[in-house]
Amino acid sequence: MRAAWLFPSALMVVWILLAPGEAAAQKLPEGNSCVECHRGLGDPRVTPPADKFPQDVHLAKGILCQDCHGGDPSNFDPQGAMSRTKGFIGMPKHQAIPQLCGKCHSNATYMKKFNPTIRVDQVQEYYTSVHGKLLREADQKVATCINCHSVHNIRAIKDQQAWTYPAKVVDTCGRCHGDPNYMKGYKVATDVVGKYKKSVHYEALTKKGDLSAPTCNICHGNHGATPPGLDSVANVCGTCHGLTAEYFGQSPHKKAFAAMGLAPCVTCHSNHDVEKPSDAMVGSDDKAVCVNCHDGKSKGYQSAAGIRASLDELRGAVQRAGAILEQAEKAGMEVSLAKFELRGASDNLLKTRAAVHRFDAEVVKNLSDDGVQTAKKMYAKGEQALKDLRFRHRGLWISVGIILVAIAGLVLKIREIDRRQREG
Amino acid sequence: MRPASSALAGMFRKLNAWLDERIDLTGMRELIRHKVVPVHRHTIWYYFGGMTLFLFGIQVCTGILLLLYYRPSAEEAFESVQFIMTEVQFGWLIRSIHSWSANVMIATLMIHLFSVYFLRAYRKPRELTWVSGMLLFGLSLTFGFSGYLLPWNELAYFATKVGTDVAGQVPLVGHFMTRLLRGGDDVTGATLSRFYGIHVGILPLFTTGILGLHLFLVQKQGMSVPPEIEQGGRPVPTMPFVPNFLLRDLVGWLSALAVLGALAAYFPWELGVKADPFAPAPAGIRPEWYFMYMFQTLKYLPAKIGPIDGEMVGVLGFGLGGLFLFLVPFLDRKTARGEESPLFFWIGVGVVTYIMVLSLLGYMTPGGK
Repeated sequence: MRAAWLFPSALMVVWILLAPGEAAAQKLPEGNSCVECHRGLGDPRVTPPADKFPQDVHLAKGILCQDCHGGDPSNFDPQGAMSRTKGFIGMPKHQAIPQLCGKCHSNATYMKKFNPTIRVDQVQEYYTSVHGKLLREADQKVATCINCHSVHNIRAIKDQQAWTYPAKVVDTCGRCHGDPNYMKGYKVATDVVGKYKKSVHYEALTKKGDLSAPTCNICHGNHGATPPGLDSVANVCGTCHGLTAEYFGQSPHKKAFAAMGLAPCVTCHSNHDVEKPSDAMVGSDDKAVCVNCHDGKSKGYQSAAGIRASLDELRGAVQRAGAILEQAEKAGMEVSLAKFELRGASDNLLKTRAAVHRFDAEVVKNLSDDGVQTAKKMYAKGEQALKDLRFRHRGLWISVGIILVAIAGLVLKIREIDRRQREG
Repeated sequence: MRPASSALAGMFRKLNAWLDERIDLTGMRELIRHKVVPVHRHTIWYYFGGMTLFLFGIQVCTGILLLLYYRPSAEEAFESVQFIMTEVQFGWLIRSIHSWSANVMIATLMIHLFSVYFLRAYRKPRELTWVSGMLLFGLSLTFGFSGYLLPWNELAYFATKVGTDVAGQVPLVGHFMTRLLRGGDDVTGATLSRFYGIHVGILPLFTTGILGLHLFLVQKQGMSVPPEIEQGGRPVPTMPFVPNFLLRDLVGWLSALAVLGALAAYFPWELGVKADPFAPAPAGIRPEWYFMYMFQTLKYLPAKIGPIDGEMVGVLGFGLGGLFLFLVPFLDRKTARGEESPLFFWIGVGVVTYIMVLSLLGYMTPGGK
C-alpha cells in the first residue's frame, strides 16, 4: 500500500520541482530587436522590461513593445530601431502615462476586439481622482496607471498575483499610503493600511477568502479614487449594507448627524478599522457607542436601552433553543426539522440587528418578538425531544425488566424439563 | 373456579381437535415429537441459524410497519423517514430496530455461515442446504445495500454512487449492470424507486422461496454433527427440539430483543442530512460494515494491475471468492470422502482473518465517518 502511494507522490514532487516558477509565463517573440537587445545586453538598467514581459497580459494578447514605445523591432541597428521617425518615444514621462495607456484603453472600438464588455472610461475617471488632479498639477509622486498595475508584467485583475487582485489591493495602495516618508507633504493619514488590516473587512477578504469583502478601491473607487465626503459615506457603505443603509435613512440620526457634521456609519463603526459589530455596541452601558452622545436623561438613551433589551432577549432565546436542540441531537434525537425552523429566528436576529439602525425601539421590538416566538417554539420542541428521550429510556428499562423476568421463567422451565427428562 | 392456565390449555386442546378434524395434524405432531438436536461441544453454533431467522422475522414485521409511512421518491423519501422518526408514535423505535436488526442479522448470518463452514456441515447430503444458505447470504447483502439508500440521505446517496460504480467494473456487463441498478447513468430518484422495488418486492419474493427450501432441507435432513464427533464411535446424545431446544432458542431471541431495544433507545439510527446530488461528496464516504473489507481492498489496489484496471481485478477476485464459497461442498472432496480437510480449514481461517483485518483497517483509516 505504501509503495502504491510512494510512486505517484514522488512523481508529483518531481513534477512540482520541474514546473516553471511562473506558471503563466509566455514565450517572447523571436526576431524582435527590442527583446533581443534588452535581454542580451545584460545591463540591469535595461534588462527588466524583457525579463518581466513574459508575465504580462499584453503579450498574451499580442501587444508588443513597439505598440507602447514605438520604434521598429525588425531593425537590429539601435539607431534604426529606436528612431524618432518610427515613432519611438523611449520611456514615457510620468505625466504622460495615463494618456499613453488611454491610447488603447479609452478606444472603445479597439478594446472591443479583446472584450466586448470592457470599460473604456478609466482615464477619464482617473482625472476626477485626487491622483489625476494632482498629476495635472505636475505632481511627479502621484500614482498613475503603472503604480497600481505595475509595468511590463501587468496581470489581469483576476490573476491572483496581480497587484490589483482584491486581496493584494491594500498592499498596492499601501506602498504609498502606508509610507509616512513618501506621503510627507500630503495631508493624508498613513496609518490607514495598518488599521484596515485589523478590520472585519480584511479578515473576511483574506481569512474567509470572501472576494466581495471591501478593500480600498471598493469604498474609495479605483481609477477615480477619492475620499468619500461626509454626505456620501452612507451611500458608500450602503452599496453592500443596503438594508442597514435604508433603515439609517429613515432614522432620526440621519438629520441629526448631518446637523452636527458627523459622518454616518463611521461615527459609530469607524472607517478603516471597522470591527466586527456586536450587540454590546448598542445600549446604555459603558461599552455601548450610544452613550458617547446620549446622556442618561435623554430619550435616545432610553431608546438605546430598549433596543438592547430586545436584542438580548432574541439572542438569548435563539441561543437557548439552539443549545437544547444540540443536546437532544447529541443524544440521538431527530430534531433536524426544529433546527431548520430555528434558522427563521436566527434570520430574525440578523434583520433585527439591521433594524437597530432605524433607532426606533418599537420597530426593533416588533421584529425581535417574531424571532423570540419562533425560538421559544423550537425550545419547546427541544424540551419535548429530551422528555421523549427520558420516556424511551424508562420504557426500555421496563421492557428489559419484563424480558428478564420472561428469560428467568424460561430458564426455570428449561431446568425443570431437563430434570424431569433425566429422572423419567 | 378453574385457574386461567387450565382454561387456556382447554381452549388450546379444543382448537387442536378442531383443526385435526379438518387437516390431519398427525404428520406435524410426529415431526415435532421426533425432531431432536445433537448435543456436543459445538451445539452452541446451532443457535445462530434460529437467531438469524428470528431477526429476519423482526425485519419483516418492522419493514411492513415502515411501509405504512415511507414514500419512495427523491422528493419525499427523506421527509417521510423524518416524519416516521419524529411524528409517528414509536416510529423512531420501529425504524431504529429495523436498521439495527438488519446489521445484527448480517452478523449472526455470517457467524452461522462460517460455523457451518468450519464444522463442515456442507458435506453430503447437505450440499443443497449450503447452496441455499449461500443464496440467502447474497440476498441479505442485497437487502442491506438496497435498504441503505431508502432514507435518501447524503451518506447513503454517495455510498450508493460508489457501490454502483464498483458494479460497473464487472467485465463485459459492468456498464449495463450500473445502468440497470441506477435506472440511468446516475443515482437519481429512478434509482431510489428501483431500490425500493428490489427491497420490498423482488428480494422478499426470492428470500421467501429460498428460505422455505433451506428450512425444509434442515427439517428433512436434521442437524449435522461434525465429522470428528460423528466418527467418534459413541452415539451422540440429543435433546428434543420441542420444547428443550426451542425454549433455549427463545432465551436467545428475548435477549436479542432486549439488546435491539437498548440500541434503539440509546443509539437511535441517525438520519443525517438530505441527499443533494449537486453537492460535493462529503469526506469519508464508507459503506456498511459488512462491505467494508471489499471497499478497503479496492482502495489498496493500484489503478492498473498489468493491463487491467485495479478495481476490475478486485471485483473479479471477490466474484471468484464468492463462487468458491458457493461451490465448497463440491470442491472439498476430502470432506465428502469423510477425511480430514486441512486445506479448506486454513482457507476458511484465511478468509475470516482477511475480512476482519481489512474491515478493521477500514475503520482505522483517518477521515472516515
